[in-house]
Amino acid sequence: MSTEPTKELFTLRRRPASEKLVDGGFRYLTIALASMVAIVLVAIFLTVFQGAQEAIKAFGLKFLTTSSWNPVTGEYGAFTAIYGTLVSSLLALAIAVPLGVGTAIFITENLIPLRWREVIGVMVELLAAIPSVVLGLWAIFVMEPFLRPFLTFLNSALGWFPLFSTEPQGPGMAPAVLILVVMILPIITAISRDALNQVPIALRQGAYGVGSTRWIAIFNVILPAAISAIVGGVMLALGRAMGETMAVTMIIGNSTNFSWSLLAPGNTISAMLANQFGEADGIQVSALLYAALILMVLTFAVNLMAQWVVKKLSLRY
Amino acid sequence: MTVLTATQKPASLRFNPSLQRNKLDKLFTLVSAGFSVIVVLPLLLVLIYVLLQGGRLISFNLFTQLPPAPGLEGGGIGNAIIGTFVVTMVAALIAIPVGVGGGIYLAEYSRGGWFANLIRVGNDILAGVPSIICGVFVYGAIVATRVFFGQSYTAAAGGIALAVLMLPTVIKTTDEGLRLVPKALSMGAIGVGASKFVTIIRITLPSAFTPIATGIVLAIARAAGETAPLIFTALFSPFWPEGVFNPIATMSVLIFNFAIMPFEAQNELAWAASFVLVVLILAANLLARWLRRFAN
Amino acid sequence: MTTSALQHANTSTTGQTCLALEKVTISYGSFEAVRDVYMDIPRGKVTAFIGPSGCGKSTVLRGLNRMNDLIEGCSLRGRVVFDGQDIYAPEVDPVEVRRRIGMVFQQPNPFPKSIYENIAFGARINGFTGDMDELVENSLRKAFIWDETKDKLKQSGNSLSGGQQQRLCIARAIAIEPEVILMDEPCSALDPISTLKIEELMHELKKTFSIVIVTHNMQQAVRVSDQTAFFNAEAVEGGSGKVGYLVEFNDTEKIFNAPTQQATQDYVTGRFG
Repeated sequence: MSTEPTKELFTLRRRPASEKLVDGGFRYLTIALASMVAIVLVAIFLTVFQGAQEAIKAFGLKFLTTSSWNPVTGEYGAFTAIYGTLVSSLLALAIAVPLGVGTAIFITENLIPLRWREVIGVMVELLAAIPSVVLGLWAIFVMEPFLRPFLTFLNSALGWFPLFSTEPQGPGMAPAVLILVVMILPIITAISRDALNQVPIALRQGAYGVGSTRWIAIFNVILPAAISAIVGGVMLALGRAMGETMAVTMIIGNSTNFSWSLLAPGNTISAMLANQFGEADGIQVSALLYAALILMVLTFAVNLMAQWVVKKLSLRY
Repeated sequence: MTVLTATQKPASLRFNPSLQRNKLDKLFTLVSAGFSVIVVLPLLLVLIYVLLQGGRLISFNLFTQLPPAPGLEGGGIGNAIIGTFVVTMVAALIAIPVGVGGGIYLAEYSRGGWFANLIRVGNDILAGVPSIICGVFVYGAIVATRVFFGQSYTAAAGGIALAVLMLPTVIKTTDEGLRLVPKALSMGAIGVGASKFVTIIRITLPSAFTPIATGIVLAIARAAGETAPLIFTALFSPFWPEGVFNPIATMSVLIFNFAIMPFEAQNELAWAASFVLVVLILAANLLARWLRRFAN
Repeated sequence: MTTSALQHANTSTTGQTCLALEKVTISYGSFEAVRDVYMDIPRGKVTAFIGPSGCGKSTVLRGLNRMNDLIEGCSLRGRVVFDGQDIYAPEVDPVEVRRRIGMVFQQPNPFPKSIYENIAFGARINGFTGDMDELVENSLRKAFIWDETKDKLKQSGNSLSGGQQQRLCIARAIAIEPEVILMDEPCSALDPISTLKIEELMHELKKTFSIVIVTHNMQQAVRVSDQTAFFNAEAVEGGSGKVGYLVEFNDTEKIFNAPTQQATQDYVTGRFG
């Protein structure tokens, strides 16, 4: 008896070549698209590095320590901007870390009803969404005029101290630091909140079970358990603060003259780029790119350190 | 049941507010509450100012007219509103396909090899590159080299700069979103003989739609408010947009340029543009929030 | 007051009521987890809570030292009287309660600190002024874990095995010399050998402390406890969930050999679902 071949209903038992082609092609397409990340990153670095060559040759490492910025004589040193970048971001960090971590604790450790905690959490997230340039506008027209009497008082009371030795003229380092605080608070708060929420409930119970008060538990058990992620978040915020451009550019005063005083106009690398890059030519472009290269290296180092810290500390806990 | 006499007992259970630990507890609680107020305060102040200062300038003309010449009154920001949409659109059209594709590679094809690690680390580094550097890069690669028909400053260049900025977020949300999809789901599709391509496009990607869409909306909202990458790529223009291969006005650059001008009319337009921008961005954020809730 | 005197005071009062529950109802939000529990937990003995899942025995246990305060929306009606005071009275400090009623949890939860610090932490916040090294050693010895840890006191508590971690947590609880130790299924995450060690440990500990233990394992209740409370859950009319209640509370021997309630009989003989 011959087996009558049943009609083949599944017409695609054998995959047609076209389907295989699409399948394989799609894989290579995604690889190519993923490679864009690496390509763009290398291109950014090369563009900046290439452009900075002339200035690197002309000024060498002296560029980092001198503060002349003179398009007429063609002498450039980025010390003012480097100092401004580091000081503004570190000071902002010093203010923002306690505020941000404190807030994160306040909205994770059931001190107030859940509804209120959520409201505060949402507000912090929305603060992160406000564009830098709008904060800069607000800083120019609202914050700085409001702040000036305090800064003037600071100068008159503590004028002997180099950091407060000049009379505030309007834009300056101090308002720039404060606007940076506003800008990095959301990231610190959000990351700290996530980190604290990750601390297992069992650890909290353990702490309360031996008779801890709330804050003994927070300081001795909960914060240490969350510390790696919090420090990582703080480092990310530092990187953000160093690269932050618009709000700082609008309020820092963009002075190329060096001053120790926080009340005097200052500069940061990113502010300098925003202000001068469009109109610069010749060796000034190269000098700006040299400064940009320094900024890239700084943020790169900070971001790498953030990842390293998270790994290193999370091993201990 | 007995009540033990006081002499046998160490202490009462009564809450004693004068104990140092209870005082400290109260102090720290108050301090953290104060910190929270300080953190929330700038948001409220900025919003109030933008709504008050910008809101009162909202009029029909604002959306339909060009900015006035320096020294003149009136005018609007019509060109900048369109410009922001154009530049952001260009950025999204580049960043979404590249980012989603790259994310698909990381989540679905890579097997944790060196290349995938390189891309993940590179993506984190790219996310940390300051936005002004993106501008510098696009200036050097596209504006200065005049690749677009000999044009230097173009809306397209601005869009590319924003796309560089958006890319890491899109890749990351796609990667994470796809990896949240239960493996059983794609196994089921592969088990009935679907190709990897069909599985990803028809099963995995749709399941991860909400987190990816949320991430993309947030990335677009962030890009729309960015200024630093645009000031020397898209530049600015006092005229209506003339296609993507010409300089273009955007709201963010308008705010920056007009804020530092010594003319009241320009300052007011900066506030008005802030109002429009903030409303748009907050709306996008609420949309993302709604999407996320929708997923849950 | 010295340590030994305190312990003496505890042992000398054996047979008296340590914790009295009076019409205790515990709810999560609007959902009642356990209803109308009355019981007198004796001093200086081991009391076991048994019953099927979802009968509220762990909830009641956590209610005994106000651990439920940490759970959002959890509330308790009725009275829990300890030392002549209702621990839920508004003027009572829950921290004070937990310093005298310690707890060991289902999952070992050592602090992310060294073994030494795990013990010292509780003692320090309780204002311990004696010799810390001695206290740490004594506590670890009492918890039968000294020999395994004496050479690595500086290492993280997380470096120990699960059973060792749980004994470390017991050492941590006894270091602050509470009057009562609550144990919430302390062996459920452990292997049989570790379980055995912890049961031996409980026999030692009851000389000094009153112990209340929640367990899923009926043999364990028989082995370690003097008194047993059987909880069950019943469907509430009209509601979708179940509410727990106390069926029977008596000497362990009676509960397992001659229970007065059919439900208890069914459960202890394994006829229960």
